[in-house]
Amino acid sequence: MAETLLYNALREAIDEEMGRDPTVYVLGEDVGHYGGSYKVTKDLYKKYGELRVLDTPIAENSFTGMAVGSAMTGLRPIIEGMNMGFLLLAFNQIANNAGMLRYTSGGNFKIPMVIRGPGGVGRQLGAEHSQRLEAYFQGVPGLKMVACSTPYNAKGLLKAAIRDDNPVLFFEHVLLYNLKQDLPDEEYILPLNRAEIVRPGKDVTILTYSRMRHHVMQAVKTLTKEGYDPEVIDLISLKPLDFETIGPSIQKTHRVIIVEECMKSGGIGAELTASINDRLFDELDAPVLRMASQDIPTPYNGMLENLTIVQPPQIVEAVKKMVGGKI
Amino acid sequence: MVQERTLPVFQTAGANITREEGLMLYEDMVLGRAFEDKCAEMYYRGKMFGFVHLYNGQEAVSTGVIRAMRPGEDFVCSTYRDHVHALSVGVPADNVMAELFGKVTGCSKGRGGSMHLFSAEHRLLGGYAFIGEGIPVALGAAFQTKYRREAMGDATADQVTACFFGDGTTNNGQFYECLNMAALWKLPILFVVENNKWAIGMAHERATSQPEIYRKASVFGMPGVEVDGMDVLAVRAVAQEAIARARAGEGPTLIEALTYRFRGHSLADPDELRSKAEKEFWFARDPIKRLAAYMTEQSLATQDELKAIEHRVQDVIERAVKFAQESPEPDPADLYKYVFAEDDP
Repeated sequence: MAETLLYNALREAIDEEMGRDPTVYVLGEDVGHYGGSYKVTKDLYKKYGELRVLDTPIAENSFTGMAVGSAMTGLRPIIEGMNMGFLLLAFNQIANNAGMLRYTSGGNFKIPMVIRGPGGVGRQLGAEHSQRLEAYFQGVPGLKMVACSTPYNAKGLLKAAIRDDNPVLFFEHVLLYNLKQDLPDEEYILPLNRAEIVRPGKDVTILTYSRMRHHVMQAVKTLTKEGYDPEVIDLISLKPLDFETIGPSIQKTHRVIIVEECMKSGGIGAELTASINDRLFDELDAPVLRMASQDIPTPYNGMLENLTIVQPPQIVEAVKKMVGGKI
Repeated sequence: MVQERTLPVFQTAGANITREEGLMLYEDMVLGRAFEDKCAEMYYRGKMFGFVHLYNGQEAVSTGVIRAMRPGEDFVCSTYRDHVHALSVGVPADNVMAELFGKVTGCSKGRGGSMHLFSAEHRLLGGYAFIGEGIPVALGAAFQTKYRREAMGDATADQVTACFFGDGTTNNGQFYECLNMAALWKLPILFVVENNKWAIGMAHERATSQPEIYRKASVFGMPGVEVDGMDVLAVRAVAQEAIARARAGEGPTLIEALTYRFRGHSLADPDELRSKAEKEFWFARDPIKRLAAYMTEQSLATQDELKAIEHRVQDVIERAVKFAQESPEPDPADLYKYVFAEDDP
């Protein structure tokens, strides 16, 4: 076991996969000499050369399309979005080509590629650097979407994403890169399509992902002291949603709270709520409660920013109300 | 009608093609033309749907470039006007026609349609319907060749990619971004602009500050050439030179082929803006008639031999229509097939 920071866990995943498969390469802005904006690719170019750790010009849509073309012809690109928000500039290549091309081509081509990078609401980074693109991309067919939340799952999931034969959007969170955890010395891979039961419980199912997992766990600390017993599920897979894990939990607790960092309108929670109503309506003792970010551009001011995203005390209150039958 | 650009003169004496090459080029262009004429007929008879963009008039560009490449090895990337590029790379007319009929025997299994023809076997990277989006994909194929050669030590990796697009695309950012990266990394790619003067109803001169597109290569330190896109021998000569350079690792070329579409933008286009005089100017430069004249003048072929090719091509087209008509629809149970790689292991 070795204590590892999350960004180094990601780096290990990339390093190991590049070592085992010569078709795996990294491209993006400042991934090479500079080592990546969060140092995920630090010094990898020294080991693998400048073609395999390719510094690109600032041309998001074009280098994303280039990755698609290289994936169609047999390589396995990993795109780093310097900030995931910048990939709005690559929306067309991600949606039309990465996402839909396999289908449109009638299976002529497969597109094994990973698009990863930092996103989410950081500390006063301003609206453009505080995006939650998963909400925008969830409607694109053909994409898989995964959000990591701990060094352990970051490494195992990224390795799986690199080996997957489909385009995978891999979400990291700017405020989680310095999380520490002991990682196994031996190699491991985690499934891309499975949610993780972070804490089993019986009172209520809390569905969350990415940084909000940690807000939820802070709230759970308070709640358990007061005798509450919530079940916490980290979705991990945002597309497709893992109802094999979510379903039995709801059948057990009959109550659901979703805690997400997306904006409420059209967010992951919106899709999740609709899917739960479709599949498990009869299991519910209360309406699904969605706790999401406010529908506003993320403000710069720190106090306003805190008001924008869900905070642990709000989760505590919500669980108490839900379990107390007040929702 | 704006003053026509002076077309660069090509000295056919230097073309130096054999009889077999000439016949091959002729057959490919005739196939392209006949296929498109049949598409118009089938569209108006309600056999195919959606937006159908025909290539009539531009055959010399597809044939001139693609038939100078290595079939099944080199890559070709097209646009929404992709039927004839698909035929030139060798996708059988049967499978292109079946795709337009939406049948499961189509080259994209009936999932793509007119604007999305693909064939991995023939290294057709696809038809791309949005302007400019195919250029980065083509760049990726070219990057892959360099990567295999230099990062993976594969000495046989010398494939060239040809990327086709129109004059309108050269005002889009992806064009400039990709020219930059191709020149920066010396990628083996040909950017082939089919300048047919019109982006639907937008005249090229009304859309761009420098109408001579080939000149835009110079700021990237890349060779840019203009060529008479109605002369297959001229296009072929320019393409051969660019392909040789790309294969030798000497980088990309921007080729501006001056051409013209003999029909509207698509079969849904009333084509009201282009003047009669302009059309007549270009109809007179029909690339098929021009090659036919050259072949007979040079005694490379007789009229009868060319007629025989035309008849043979007509048979191919008729068989393609029959094949498409008789082919099955996709199985409804396969609606979700091909969304993910694991759906079709």
